[in-house]
Amino acid sequence: MGTATLEKNDSAGPVDSAENSASHLITVTLRIRRFNPEVSDEPQWQDFTLEIDPKERVLDALHKIKWEIDGTLTFRRSCAHGICGSDAMRINGRNRLACKTLIKDIGPDKPITVEAIKGLTVLKDLVVDMDPFFQAYRDVMPFLITSGNEPTRERYQSAEDRERFDDTTKCILCAACTSSCPVFWNDGQYFGPAAIVNAHRFIFDSRDEAGEQRLEILNDKDGVWRCRTTFNCTDACPRGIEVTKAIQEVKRALITRRF
Amino acid sequence: MSTTETTETANGAATEPTDDVALFDVDHPAPVIEPPRKRTAKTPKASRGNFEMQTWLFMRLSGIVLVVLVLGHLLIQLVLDGGVSKIGFAFVAGRWASPFWQVWDLAMLWLAMLHGANGLRTVINDYAERDNTRFWLKMLLYVATVFTVLLGTLVIFTFDPNIR
Repeated sequence: MGTATLEKNDSAGPVDSAENSASHLITVTLRIRRFNPEVSDEPQWQDFTLEIDPKERVLDALHKIKWEIDGTLTFRRSCAHGICGSDAMRINGRNRLACKTLIKDIGPDKPITVEAIKGLTVLKDLVVDMDPFFQAYRDVMPFLITSGNEPTRERYQSAEDRERFDDTTKCILCAACTSSCPVFWNDGQYFGPAAIVNAHRFIFDSRDEAGEQRLEILNDKDGVWRCRTTFNCTDACPRGIEVTKAIQEVKRALITRRF
Repeated sequence: MSTTETTETANGAATEPTDDVALFDVDHPAPVIEPPRKRTAKTPKASRGNFEMQTWLFMRLSGIVLVVLVLGHLLIQLVLDGGVSKIGFAFVAGRWASPFWQVWDLAMLWLAMLHGANGLRTVINDYAERDNTRFWLKMLLYVATVFTVLLGTLVIFTFDPNIR
């Protein structure tokens, strides 16, 4: 098996792939909203034109700019594979992960706009202050709370009980949903979709015993009732979580007190 | 530390001969634009009580009832039996002679006013950034709502068909 793969690679040949990639390169303009408080108090748009394979991702284009054109470009990224949630940004007016967005999918014939996510303080270029976001996350107590003695083995749960909150376990805390929410833009004291999703993950977990407490926290005036069901969060979620549905389920749990 | 500082100033002086052009530098960064009312560890914690939940429920329920009341109202007033041209003092007096229509109009008045006022309250909560603005806008809203509701209720109950 291993040998076969090696042979395949060899037969493809470096010349062939180089030719292919060279012919695939297209010219793309990235229009990046840059802000550097050490230079100016005004953000400004800067255009970068580069040759890139359309099957590459926006993050690759940003890397190319940072590594080859302008080293002062600042952005967050960690794993670069859609798991760590560091590189959420507003690409062509929509919140996405730069590492999951292919150039070819977002109309590379026109300039691609890249800016920091909205509703949070921009510190530099595409880097925002995530503290208020994580404060809201902390405030919903995103950890297992139980009473009594710890079991000596794992806490059992049926497949159905696990299925109940499966969708909201996918959250990677990238803030794409919260920073796409118009209520959050205007009032950062709203918990925001991400915090509610992570509360949902524990409220509907059969092993957790603090559901009531979390519901009480979200019953607050900055809690779930401020949701206007605009579905921006569901559209923005790079993990495909049905965020608005999760928020509605928390609302229903608050009214019926059944969860 | 002191050596670094001197080099920095030396560099800065070398690269920027006109000091007054550059307003911001490493030691004097521009103020960042913070969102209004952001969440901090000190953000007021859970205001106990179900007020927000009750208003949310009220919006849904009153909305459903209002669909029936308002569409029925429009149908009777504007479409059926000669349309808008039939409306006059006599028509209103005739309708309000029946308690059924009194209750209908009273329910419509109260539900529509409270529904609209609560909607505006959430709009103010969403968009007013300063606490003072928020407070006075809401006060204005509440006064206007109470005035309209009371005036309307007064008219429905004290309506005199024989008025000259």
